This record gives sequence, structure tokens and C-alpha cells, in this order.
Amino acid sequence: MLRFLLRRLAQAAVVMLVISLLSFSIQDQLGDPLRELVGQRVSEAERDLLREQMGLNDPFLVQYWRFLGRAVQGDLGDSYFFKRPALEVILDKFPATFELVLGASVIILFFSVPIGVYCAIRPRTLFSRLMMGASIVGISIPVFLTAIMLIYVFSIQLGWMPSFGRGETVDVGGWQTGLLTADGLWHLVLPSISLASIMLPLFIRLIRAEMLEVLHTEYIRFATAKGLSRYRIWFLHALKNTLLPVITVGGVQIGTMIAYTILTETVFQWPGMGFMFLEAVNRVDTPLIIAYLIVVGLIFVITNTLVDLIYGLVNPTVQLAGRQE
Amino acid sequence: MTTRWERFRQSDFYYHLGRDRLAQICLGIFVLYALASLAAPLLAPHDPYDPSSIDIMDSEIPPLWQDGGDPRFLFGTDAQGRDLLSTILYGTRISLMIGVCAVLLQLFLGVSLGLIAGYVGGRVDAVLMRIADIQLSFSTMMVAIIVLAIFQAAFGTELYSDLAIFMLILVIGIAEWPQYARTVRATVLAEKKKEYVDAARLTGLPAPLIMFRHILPNSVTPILVISTVQIANAIISEAALSFLGLGMPVNKPSLGSLISAGFEFIFSGLWWITTIPGVVLVVLILVINLLGDWLRDVLNPRLYKG
Repeated sequence: MLRFLLRRLAQAAVVMLVISLLSFSIQDQLGDPLRELVGQRVSEAERDLLREQMGLNDPFLVQYWRFLGRAVQGDLGDSYFFKRPALEVILDKFPATFELVLGASVIILFFSVPIGVYCAIRPRTLFSRLMMGASIVGISIPVFLTAIMLIYVFSIQLGWMPSFGRGETVDVGGWQTGLLTADGLWHLVLPSISLASIMLPLFIRLIRAEMLEVLHTEYIRFATAKGLSRYRIWFLHALKNTLLPVITVGGVQIGTMIAYTILTETVFQWPGMGFMFLEAVNRVDTPLIIAYLIVVGLIFVITNTLVDLIYGLVNPTVQLAGRQE
Repeated sequence: MTTRWERFRQSDFYYHLGRDRLAQICLGIFVLYALASLAAPLLAPHDPYDPSSIDIMDSEIPPLWQDGGDPRFLFGTDAQGRDLLSTILYGTRISLMIGVCAVLLQLFLGVSLGLIAGYVGGRVDAVLMRIADIQLSFSTMMVAIIVLAIFQAAFGTELYSDLAIFMLILVIGIAEWPQYARTVRATVLAEKKKEYVDAARLTGLPAPLIMFRHILPNSVTPILVISTVQIANAIISEAALSFLGLGMPVNKPSLGSLISAGFEFIFSGLWWITTIPGVVLVVLILVINLLGDWLRDVLNPRLYKG
């Protein structure tokens, strides 16, 4: 187990190193940091002096090493636009994105497991077939289109729902949350549904397929022969093994969800990291772009590593490295 | 001696197609889309790329079936006075082209690397598959958004909009090669041990020939099934990227950028600029997905699960 853990951590570290190297070369290529700091009026000689002092003439690797040293201490440079540390700007926006992903995940979990299981247990009923049909339609609708249609129907035509922003938030220990106010929750509904809409059909189909496969295995037949109640077999024995692959796919999908938050946040003007990232791109705010890259890369790597570890713990048949010896 | 057509008529594929009404409809609609986008310059009543043919006085006309509709514009016009029908025809052409080209690129990269990984094995295999794992763990959308955003910031919007179509194909094409590589590699590993491959090797055939001519045909079925889903995904990705302003520019719109352009006007009641391209896009993706599902059921390939 320890070797498995170490190997996964090493891989995570390599991936982060590659991300940081890429981020740094972007910083190197994109815009001149000196021009952002001083105006047009500074003479060429002074510029050269400043450049030398700031170490901008050093070799690439030396500069990269310095960048890495600062990055490890959480210093990713100041945002050109906000004139504040880029990491601070990102972390300010993190709660909004986190709550959006949380809302969508709750919707996905709440609906996908019961529907998926039902569709596997009773594959021929009208409801199951309807759900399978609806899920393929759901997969085919891009997330931004769902969001636009929701806004058009519920905000513009019916006027029931707010169409943009987070609404009222409260400060809980430095974390701006919208989950504790009625207005904030109300604002969360449409964006969460939009974000969930792309994953929900995927999970329903996945859970159904896995459950169908599990129901045909020997141990289920044995459990039936032993006379266990059907519900006990379905929900205790079959569901347990169904959820194994769901964990792996779910972990990867968390990363995909973060990508889709960019789309959802853009449509709903949700003040999260994704919306900010697009603004930073339009303003060519390099430190902010890089900070986003590194934070999102970190989230990806951490979730993937965690999912692998959990999978290794839950699934007794998984081949952990080092067990062969 | 049977002709190709007769052989096709006697195949399982044709038999199943004849029995499945939904698959026939989907194939029909898809062919219609393909023809419409190929013949867009002939079918379109106006040329949306020609600024001189656009009159700002014609802007914001609703579709024909609504009050204030104009017989010249079946689906109405957008905020610049472009005929929506023509723009959609051209947009579908761009969306479909990017989807197909991106998947061809994925296919080329994935098949080549998958064959090499499986056939050569050892360290090459380990490295390639590790890269594939890592690349799959990052979502395509995320990578595409970041790469394109950085290119846009580096090139400037002006130059970028000229290169957008190539950038989209490249990014979507490169991001998803592991899908193919894994499947092809699995086939190669299964086939490599068989006697016909040994025989081919003993007759002194070069390795590339053995890989492409002898081993690859075994994975045609899974490749076909993956490709349908991949085309649908590529079209969705392209639409999403264009929606974010990282794809096709407004003066040469794909379906995604059309929807994006219309979104600004949805609050003022101009629903058709967003909704009609949206429906066209969803039907296209849905039809491809349904065909993919059907193909999977009919051909029933051993897909690599991962």
C-alpha cells in the first residue's frame, strides 16, 4: 500500500512539475512584465537596468527555478488588473465555483443512482426506456445551450428565477457562501441544473450498464439461490460492486465538471474561477492565467490521486504495486 | 464473383439497418446534414460571408411564420441583417468539417501510436500508455480551453480568428488520441501472439506492413463505433469553445458561435437567433449519438473499458 501511495504521489508531482513548466513558459512568452510594471516614459537604459535587477536576462532554467521556489511558497505573482496577489484573487473566487460543483454533484448523486439502478432492475418498463431515451437526448445537448434555454424559459418567459450572479452571500470564516441564504440558494438552482445536465445522463447510463453486468454474475445467482430477499441482493450486494467503476469515472468527471464550470459561469455570470479565467484571458492578465492553471491542475491531480487511492482501498482485487513480490 | 454492393446487401449491417426504423431515420437525417453542408454555397439564398449583400435595414426580422416575417428570410435575420438560414447552412458546414477533421486526426495519431505501443511493447509501450493515462485524466474541454485561450492571448484576436479553424481541429484532434490508442493496443496485444502474425514476420514482411495490413483490420469495428461518438463529442467541444469566444469568429460562424452571438439578444426577445441554430446543433449531435448507439448494439465490438 505504501509503495502504491508513493508511486502515485511521485506521478502527481511529475504532472505538477510539467504543469508549472508549461505555465512558466507561457509567462515567458506572453507579454513583457516590465511594460506592465513601468509606463512608456521610462528610458531604454533604465529599462535594461531594471531588467537586469529583476533577473529577466537570466537563463530560462534559472528563472524557472526562481519561479518554482516562489510558487511553492504560494507566490504566483500579482495580477496586472487587480493589483493583488494572483493566488489571493483565485482563492476569493474559489467558493463560488466550489458551491456550484457541489450543487451539481448533489443533483447528480440524488438522481443518477436511483434511476440507474431502477433501469437495470426493470430494463423493459416504460419508465426505463423513457429514461434511456431521455439520457441520450441529454448527452446531445451542449451545456451552454441547456443553460441558455433554462434562462429563456424560467427567467425571461416565466420570470421565476434569477438569470445571473450568486445573490446574497454571507461570510463564514473568510468563505463567502451562498448556501446559507434563501436568495443564494435560489440563485444556485439554475446553474447547478445546467452543470448537472451534462453528467447526469452519463452517470445514469454508466450505473445501469454496470448494474446489469453485476446482476448477471455468479455470486448474485448464488445469493438468489440461497434465498436472500431481492432487495437485499439489489441494494446491498449488487449496488456495492456497481459503484466501484462509478468511483473511477466520477473522479475523472470532477475534472471535466471544472471545465464545464467555465461555460456555466459564463452564461450565468457566476462570479467564480472559470468566469474570472475568461476575463483574465481577454485582459491578457498573465499571472492570473497562470495561477488559474496551477490551481486547477492541482485540483485535477489531487482528485485523481485520491480516486485511485480510494479505488485501491475499496476494491480488494485491484493490483496494488508491490503486491506481486 | 460478387460485387461490393452485393456483398454489402448480404451483410449483417444491411440486415439490421433494414429492420431498425430509428436507425434509418437517423442515417437519413445525417446524410441530409452532410449533403446540405457540402452544397451550402448552392443551397443558401444569401452569401453570409459577403458583407456587401447584407443590409443593416434587414436586421432582426423574425422567422417567416411569425408576425413581421419576410418571405426572403425563412428563419429571419440576425442583428447584423444576415439571413439566418444561409448562416446556419454555412455554420453546419464548418461545425461538421471541424468535427470530422478533428476525429480523422485523432484516428491517425491514436491508431499509429496504439499500433506502435502494442507491437513494440516494453518501455515504449509503458511510456506511451502512461502519457495516455495522464492525458485522459485531464478533461479535453479543460485542455482545449486553456490552450486556445493562451494562443488567443499570444496571437491577438485578429490573427487568431484566421487560424481558429486549424487550431480547433488541432487541439480537439490531439486531445483525444488515447481513446483510439487504447483500443488499438488491446487488439494488437491479443492478435500479436497468433500464428498468422508469426507467419507474416517469418516471410520477412516489414513491421509497419504487418501492423497496418494484418493486425489493424481486426480493430475496424471498435474504431467505427468509437468514431461516431467521437465526432459527436468533437462537434460539442467545437460549439462550446466557439461559444466561449475561443473558436470560430462571428464573421465566419460555426453553429456554436452563432448561438453565442444570439445569446446577447435573447433578453430582448430575439429568440430565433439562438434557438434555431441550437435546435440544428442538437439534432445533428443527437442523430450521430443514436447512430453510434445503434452501431454499438449491432456490431457489438469488444471495447476497451477504462
